Amino acid sequence: MLRIEDLCLEAGSGVLVDGIDLAVDAGEMLGLVGESGCGKTITALSVLGLLPRQAVRVTQGRILFNGRDIASLDDDEMNTVRGNDISMIFQEPMTSLNPVMTLADQIGEGLALHRDLHGARQASEVDRLLALVGLPNGPEQRRRYPHQLSGGQRQRVMIAMALACEPALLIADEPTTALDVTIQAQILDLIGEMRARFGMACILVTHDLGVVAETCDTVAVMYAGRIVEQGPVADVFRTPRHRYTEALLRTIPAANAPGAMLPAISGTVPQPGARPPGCAFAERCHEALPQCAGQRPPRDGTKEHFAMCWNPAS
Amino acid sequence: MTPLLSVVDLVKHYPAGGARKVLALDGISFDLAEGEVLGVVGESGCGKSTLGRTIMRLARPTSGEIRFRGTDLAGLKGKTLKAARAEIQMVFQDPFGSLNPRHSVATIVGEPLVVHGRPDRAARVRELLDLVGLPQTAAARLPHEFSGGQRQRIAIARALALSPRILVADEAVSALDVSIQSQIINLFAELRRELGLSMIFISHDLSVVRHVSDRIAVMYFGKFVETAPAEDLFRAPLHPYTRALMSAIPKLPGSAAASGSSRRIVLKGDVPNLAFRPDGCLFHPRCYAMRDRCRHEAPELDPAPGETGDARLCACHYAGEDLSDTGASGS
Repeated sequence: MLRIEDLCLEAGSGVLVDGIDLAVDAGEMLGLVGESGCGKTITALSVLGLLPRQAVRVTQGRILFNGRDIASLDDDEMNTVRGNDISMIFQEPMTSLNPVMTLADQIGEGLALHRDLHGARQASEVDRLLALVGLPNGPEQRRRYPHQLSGGQRQRVMIAMALACEPALLIADEPTTALDVTIQAQILDLIGEMRARFGMACILVTHDLGVVAETCDTVAVMYAGRIVEQGPVADVFRTPRHRYTEALLRTIPAANAPGAMLPAISGTVPQPGARPPGCAFAERCHEALPQCAGQRPPRDGTKEHFAMCWNPAS
Repeated sequence: MTPLLSVVDLVKHYPAGGARKVLALDGISFDLAEGEVLGVVGESGCGKSTLGRTIMRLARPTSGEIRFRGTDLAGLKGKTLKAARAEIQMVFQDPFGSLNPRHSVATIVGEPLVVHGRPDRAARVRELLDLVGLPQTAAARLPHEFSGGQRQRIAIARALALSPRILVADEAVSALDVSIQSQIINLFAELRRELGLSMIFISHDLSVVRHVSDRIAVMYFGKFVETAPAEDLFRAPLHPYTRALMSAIPKLPGSAAASGSSRRIVLKGDVPNLAFRPDGCLFHPRCYAMRDRCRHEAPELDPAPGETGDARLCACHYAGEDLSDTGASGS
């Protein structure tokens, strides 16, 4: 359904995203994981044509949605794709909702624009969508403002807005990061339910490996602007190939005996513009070979599960 | 042995308009031993940050005692309060907001020494940078030149400047990336070993709390609902809320947390709003094992069934009972 080919994004500070390939099929859930600054959010934004145009340029590559290159569409054409075909949920449910609009206006805006629904028909559709995401009580509910809602409820409203046009693809950027674990469980269940019900594809952008393990079918691990490993979730987590994935999985507290020193990854992620020509993880890697920093690593593994690594872990 | 810190029936109200009050802390009691790490977990708004701030006396308690080495901090003012604060220091969540962007690292780390009139500031700052793993060249630089993890090291160095006995860490690793988080967790472990520090480690992240804590207190609605040694709590959580919290942690295949865990209990309803206080057990509106008694009668934080002493406390009428018949599997 969605295929990203060799996408490169560049800003004044340097190359942000350096030749990534990604594909999602209908009904599939892809986890895009990585630490802050690895380029995962900017990749997600590029799919929707929401890049800050003055600052970030697409220098290479294609974004194919059902065979059509959407990276080259103009604003008007893109507006018909956004919302109708592809929707997005953002991390900050408070700042993503308009504080002076009721839920009815907020959700109704998209319904008027994309589905030409107005008046009573729009209101009843708003009620249906709110009930779908677990916010029932019709008229009373839709007259509320964002400040009257808790964080979890706001995120439900975001999901209701994103689902208003029954998009074929949902991009969720850290949808549960600002929420408590108990509420996170509710929201993840809800996204899973929507996926099962509408056959929607979903790209889940997150830094939380546990969330990916529990919800996604496939996972792409990003580091410093590149996808360093990709494969079915169970394979990647059980037998990681890239040394970065391996180190990440080892360093989290849950993988260690309580109180033990964690096998930490020393150093920090290199900034855009300061990345080596070869593997960007080389300087933090315990298993680095002489060629790692200088030469771009080859693709190792199978078609389903592969890593870009000179000295793969498995 | 007398504990280093002894909190007794600590209460903190905030006015909520008219005669209404928000009970952010509703009778919290615990002891903290020398060198012990107490983890405090709970959802947002449960009062865990207020607890840290009140112990630090950044907020004034409504009633109760905070006894540090026999002195009650709750009623202190002025000079005596300032002196007492040198013994308890705090590390905050946001390594960006908690450091003055216009001050050099040396100024930031040295400021507590100035405030408390300690000698040999420059030497102590050098020592502190070493202690937290920052290079000496960091001293002259500004916070924006550092990454999130390094900034948190600066904040920790500042908190350690006065050689406190207790460190209150409020979500101190929550804003950090996974690879950086483990560096800071290791730093806390080293400091604890080298300096014999006691800590109150406040976090919403259960796997982090489990890793660093000797004992864990689970907080809900301004109260402790369960306290237990960290391993016991994870092996056999007694309170339905603790069970739900644990089951909600996303698990990695093959991780310690994934083994022996039950299926996910998804709590209905929202994180509680402190302004609207239910009758009876405060958790009953969200509890999947609620029975009639829970609606009317508030449970006390008592020793768990079969336990004596204060090692395992639980505030539930049906603590540790098999709840499988009511919709949740216990093992």
